Amino acid sequence: MTQSFEPAGKLRLRARGFGAASDRSFSALSLGAGCLVLAILALILITTLREAWPALTYSGLTFITSSKWVPLEVNGAGPVYGALAFAYGTAVVSLIALIFAVPVSIGIALFLTELAPKRLRSTVVTIIDLLASVPSVVFGLWGIIVIGPALVKIYNPVHDAVGGVPVIGKLFGEPVSSGRGFMTAGVIVAIMIIPIITSITREVYATVPESEKHAALALGATRWEMIRGAVFPHSFGGMVGAIMLGLGRAMGETIAVALTIGAATQLTPNLFASGNTLASVIALNFGDPGVPPGRSALIACGVLLFAITIVINYGARVVVRRAEIRMRGAAA
Amino acid sequence: MNRTALSRRAVVGVALAALALAGCGSGGDDNTGSTSNSSASSEFANLSGDLKASGASFPNAYYQKALDEFANVAPNLNITYNSTGSGTGKKEFGSGLTDFAGSDSLVKDGDGPASGSFLYVPTVAAPITVSYNLQGVDNLQLSPDTLAKIFQRDIKTWNDPAIAADNPAAQLPSKPIVVAHRSDGSGTTNNFTKYLKKAAPSWKLSSGDTVAWPADTQGGDKNTGVAQIVKQSDGAIGYVDLSDATASGLVFAGIKNKDGKYVKPTLEGATAALSGATIKDDLSYDPLDAAGAGSYPITAPTYILVKPKYDDATKGADVKGFLKWLLTDGQQFAAEVNFAKLPAELQQQALAQIDKVQA
Repeated sequence: MTQSFEPAGKLRLRARGFGAASDRSFSALSLGAGCLVLAILALILITTLREAWPALTYSGLTFITSSKWVPLEVNGAGPVYGALAFAYGTAVVSLIALIFAVPVSIGIALFLTELAPKRLRSTVVTIIDLLASVPSVVFGLWGIIVIGPALVKIYNPVHDAVGGVPVIGKLFGEPVSSGRGFMTAGVIVAIMIIPIITSITREVYATVPESEKHAALALGATRWEMIRGAVFPHSFGGMVGAIMLGLGRAMGETIAVALTIGAATQLTPNLFASGNTLASVIALNFGDPGVPPGRSALIACGVLLFAITIVINYGARVVVRRAEIRMRGAAA
Repeated sequence: MNRTALSRRAVVGVALAALALAGCGSGGDDNTGSTSNSSASSEFANLSGDLKASGASFPNAYYQKALDEFANVAPNLNITYNSTGSGTGKKEFGSGLTDFAGSDSLVKDGDGPASGSFLYVPTVAAPITVSYNLQGVDNLQLSPDTLAKIFQRDIKTWNDPAIAADNPAAQLPSKPIVVAHRSDGSGTTNNFTKYLKKAAPSWKLSSGDTVAWPADTQGGDKNTGVAQIVKQSDGAIGYVDLSDATASGLVFAGIKNKDGKYVKPTLEGATAALSGATIKDDLSYDPLDAAGAGSYPITAPTYILVKPKYDDATKGADVKGFLKWLLTDGQQFAAEVNFAKLPAELQQQALAQIDKVQA
C-alpha cells in the first residue's frame, strides 16, 4: 500500500509523510496488540497442555469422569486423579454467585441510571468501584471469620424447614458447622462480582437513547414498563457480556474460594456441604502436590478450567446473537 | 497471611525472649554451643554473599527467627528462605534454583533432586498436636486406634465406647465430632497420617501430603485455618503444629505412645521422641511413634537439603557456615517459637554431615 506513494514528488511525500508514518505505526501497533493477546493465549494453552500431558495420559478419560482425587499410594494402588468433583464445584459456586449477584447488580445499575439523584450517583459509583479493589484474600478471611459462622445460623433453620421436602430438600442438607461450603463460597464470590457486573451494565444502560425512553414514557408506560420495553432490549447483549465477565471472574476466583469452601472432594447436591473448585484445588495443593503426576494433574485442572471457560464464552456469544435479533425485532 | 502470622509469632517471640534468655543462663551450657561461641562469631562474620532457599512451611517460623538472629552474626551474608511447601522446595532445589531446601519429607524419585546430589541435615523437630474443643472435658486422652477411627469417621460422637475406654474418668457428652484437617497439601498432614499408618492398624487412608479425607470432614487452610475451625466449633478436633496451636490457645489431647503412656505435646516430649528414634546412615530418621516413656508420638522431623559439593566455593562456605551456626548457637532459638532442638547425639551427627559438604 505504502509503495504506491513512492513515485510521488518529494514535497507531497513530506507533506503527508508524518501522517502516513503515524498511520502506519498506529496500524502496526494495534495489529501487534491484537496479535499479542492471541499469542499469549496460545502460549498459555501450549505450555499448560504440555505440562498437563503426563497427568492426562496417566488418568485418561477418568480425569473428567471420576470424582476421586487421591494423590498418594494406598495399599500399593497408585494415585487417582479425577477432577469431576472440582469441575462440579466450580459450576455450583459460579451458579450460586450469579443467582445472587445478577439481580442485585442489575438493580444497582438501574437505580444509578434511572432513579438515583445526580448527587448520590457519583458517591455510589465510587463505593462500588472501591468494592472491586478489595483484595480477594480479604474477602476470603472475612468469609471464614465472619460470614461463614454467621451464615450457619441461617443454614440451620433453612435445613430444618425444607430439608425434608423431596427434591429441593436435597439441596439444603446438613450444614457444615463452620459454614465452609459451596453456599458460603458462592455468597462471597457474588459480592466480589457485583462491582464488575454493575459497572458494565451501568455503562450499557447509559447508552440507551433518551429518545426511546421518552417515547416509551410518552406512550403512557410506567417507569418499569419503560425499562422493560426500551432499556432491556437495547442493552441485552451488553448485559449478557457483563454477566459473562462476572461468570469468568467467579469461575477463576481462587483464594477467596479456597479459604471458604472447605476442601472436600465430593459430588453432592447439598449446597451447605464442603466442596472444592478447579481453581482452589490448584491454589491449595500446588506447594505439596502429592505423588507424581500430582503437579501435572493440578495443571490439567487449569487446562480443564480453561476449556470450560472457552465453551461457556462461546455459548454465551451464540445466545446473545440469537436473543438480540429476537428482542430487537420485538422492540421495533 | 504468612506475614501476619510471622509478625504475630515475632511478637510472641519477643515476649518469650526475656524468659528464654533467663532460662538459657542456667541451662545454656549444653553441647558445643558455648565452646564455639567466642570463636564462632568471628568465623561467621567473614561470610558474605547471597543464598536462596525455599521449602517446607512447617519449620518456617523457626527458620525466619534463626535468619533474623544470624543476620546479627554474619551481617554480610544475605539468606532468604521462602516458605513454599516441601514439594516445591525439593523441585526448585533439584533444578538448581535454590542453594538449599527445607523439607519435611524424604526425597523420592520424581521429586526433583537426583539421588546422590543432596545430603539430609536434620535441623529441629516439632510436635503436631491433636487439638480439640469440647466443653467439660479438659484432659482428653486418645490411643492411636481411637484417633484413627475419629479421623476416618468410624467414630462420630464423643461418648463412643472407644473414647470412653481411653478416658475412664471423663464425663463425655453425646455431641457429634467435627473433624478438621488441612485443605492444602502439607507436610503436617503427611506426618500426621504417617503416624496413624504406623501406629494404628485400623487406619485406612494411607499417608501423604493430601489424603482422601471423608467428605463429612472440614478443611482449613494452613495450620491456622485448622486451628480456627477447632476454636470455632464445640466438639471439634484437628491436628495443628504446636506453635500455631499454642498461639490460638487450643487444648491438646494426650496421645498414647509406644510405651502405653498418654503424653501431651511438649518440646520435652518431642526431644524425647528424637532420642528414641533410630537414625539411618543418611541421617534420615523417623521419630513418629518412637519408643520411650516420655516420647510424644506425633513428632515431626524436618531437614535441610544441601548439595554434597558446591561449584561456587563462596556459596559452599556460606551454606556450611549457616548450617553450622543453626545446629549450634541457632538451636537455642528453637524453643522460643515452639520447636524442639536436636538431642546432643543427633546434633553431632548432623554437624559431621555438614563437614562432608565440599566447598
